[in-house]
Amino acid sequence: MALLEVRNLDVRFAVRGGDLTALRGISFSLDKGERLGLVGESGAGKSVAAFSVLNLIAKPGYIAGGQILFEGRDLAAMSERELRKIRGNRIAMIFQDPMMTLNPVLTIGTQMVEAILAHRKISKKEARAIALDRLQKVQIPSPEKRLDQYPHELSGGMRQRVIIAIALLLDPEIIIADEPTTALDVTIQAEIMDLLLNLCEQENVALMLITHDLGVVSQVTQRMLVMYSGRIIEQGPTREIINDAQHPYTQGLINALPQMGEPGARLFQIPGSMPSLKNVPSGCPFHPRCNFATEQCKHAMPEYVRSGNVDVACYEVANLIEQEKHMQEAES
Amino acid sequence: MTSPLVSIRGLEKRFDLSGSLLEQISFEGGRFRRKQEAVHAINGVDLEVQKGEALCVVGESGCGKSTVARTVMGLISPSAGEIHYDGQRIDNLDGKAVLPYRRKMQMIFQNPYASLNPRMTIQQTLEEPICFHHPDWSQSQVRDKIHEVMHSVGIDPDWGARFGHEFSGGQRQRIAIARALAVDPEFIVADEPISALDVSIQAQVLNLLMDAQETCNLTYLFITHDLAVVEHFGTRVAVMYLGRVCELADTKTLFATPRHPYTQALLSAIPKLEDDRPNHIRLKGEVPTPVNLPSGCVFHGRCPYANDRCRQEVPQLIATDGGAQVACHAVEEGRL
Repeated sequence: MALLEVRNLDVRFAVRGGDLTALRGISFSLDKGERLGLVGESGAGKSVAAFSVLNLIAKPGYIAGGQILFEGRDLAAMSERELRKIRGNRIAMIFQDPMMTLNPVLTIGTQMVEAILAHRKISKKEARAIALDRLQKVQIPSPEKRLDQYPHELSGGMRQRVIIAIALLLDPEIIIADEPTTALDVTIQAEIMDLLLNLCEQENVALMLITHDLGVVSQVTQRMLVMYSGRIIEQGPTREIINDAQHPYTQGLINALPQMGEPGARLFQIPGSMPSLKNVPSGCPFHPRCNFATEQCKHAMPEYVRSGNVDVACYEVANLIEQEKHMQEAES
Repeated sequence: MTSPLVSIRGLEKRFDLSGSLLEQISFEGGRFRRKQEAVHAINGVDLEVQKGEALCVVGESGCGKSTVARTVMGLISPSAGEIHYDGQRIDNLDGKAVLPYRRKMQMIFQNPYASLNPRMTIQQTLEEPICFHHPDWSQSQVRDKIHEVMHSVGIDPDWGARFGHEFSGGQRQRIAIARALAVDPEFIVADEPISALDVSIQAQVLNLLMDAQETCNLTYLFITHDLAVVEHFGTRVAVMYLGRVCELADTKTLFATPRHPYTQALLSAIPKLEDDRPNHIRLKGEVPTPVNLPSGCVFHGRCPYANDRCRQEVPQLIATDGGAQVACHAVEEGRL
């Protein structure tokens, strides 16, 4: 059994004039110690997907359907009280902006001890020892001093290390990291990603990494899923998708990277932009921007088909696979 | 070699932190003391932008790259140094004399959500610079020009009556580019023009900037932190660290053989698609604050090759045999 299994998750936002569907039929699973990347552009629903795993969707958003099974128990149907035992304890979260996550008027030590005491019945002294141990794990220089410092006394990279230390406090099974390095510089980003990867491997923690950076996904994760307009359009082993993307959108995303083009030549560009949730196109939401779109694409969302180890939702890919099958049958 | 279009000479910029005179004075150990502090944003930058090229300035936050852009545009005045445009010194010109240069030099900002006036329609936004610089043009001339630039950036000219908030981020950045192009500039300073946009939109805007460069004969000073964009877009690259240029080279040379230890670390930190694991040169510590600059080479505290000379003497940009200019004692002495 997978550690975390999301089945057919629908998330909606109740706004004036009807519901907006932010996530539609999301299904994926995460094994123990596995690292999964969620990729997509802004508005694709990747953060909503991550937040809904912990049932952290704020009103007017709500989970309209589907299950979130963590060790077999459905988080979507759990009471707030039970959820609190899981949040921060079994499943920890790292947010994008380290300054917004830390309380500016409490010392690092106070915040860390508070988090431990919320879940464990131990003395303050023991909690402080755990906090110190985690700060050492994230390789912060002079960790004892940091416990008594306030967040504003630390640099951005250092703060994100503290956040990672807090995420590790209670030995979680899963860490959900929502764009953990987007606010940081490249050299700091590289260090933080490296640290996160090593810690997850050492402690055998599963990682759900939300990012828009395909380079980071390729370095850190084993499997990835690509989201577009609230749907998963492609899902499979990271290397396989990066090397040979099947869905036209994923192909476009990869080919649009400046490093894929000849220097000075025009880059591959996907026309148009991501639709807003208010008017998601019918059928496959990508069809107005897709070069391969046919009549079929405008009417119904394509089912997932399997190509290699990758699941893709695209009629074009399905047709290609069909054709190949026929060819092989004809040959034999 | 022809004379450069824009040359920046010995540029320095300090931002005063200490406030008014009263705030500077403190009573310590029985006597009054006056303390002054400043952020040293740029500490002696020399750059020349040749006609028709795209000179990219890269570096991490706080290295002074945006300050260079703003100083060149005259949005802030330099503490020391000179800016020359086409052989004429422009940083000391008064309001009227600088006007013709304002038309020739235009700027594109990072955040298209902030750089468009929310209370103006697109038509008004584009009209304003044209009417300002060409007061003698007739209404129909202005209208034709707006039509032309909107068309050239791929925005439907019929949308002129709409407001900025009705457009997506990519479209807003197109409008910001149209505004810059409306007065037929020669030189464009683009300060992180694609950083606020999504990947698929970044490619669109980058292509647009390259098209504009070809059709309008533009010269770019392109500020960015994204090295992948630089490799694709730039003719030459200047790498900045703590207000100084540490390496200046042709794009190809810089990416093939980075010489300065900081450039090497920066290049290795870009996550690449073909990597299975993070794979980068580790630097010690973090960027020091620009309030108290380190002595000698600003990079010495994090450099694995630093020695006593690096701690004392400021390295100058020196041409190497590869064609790059590098400010590093280790490279100069052949230790690296």
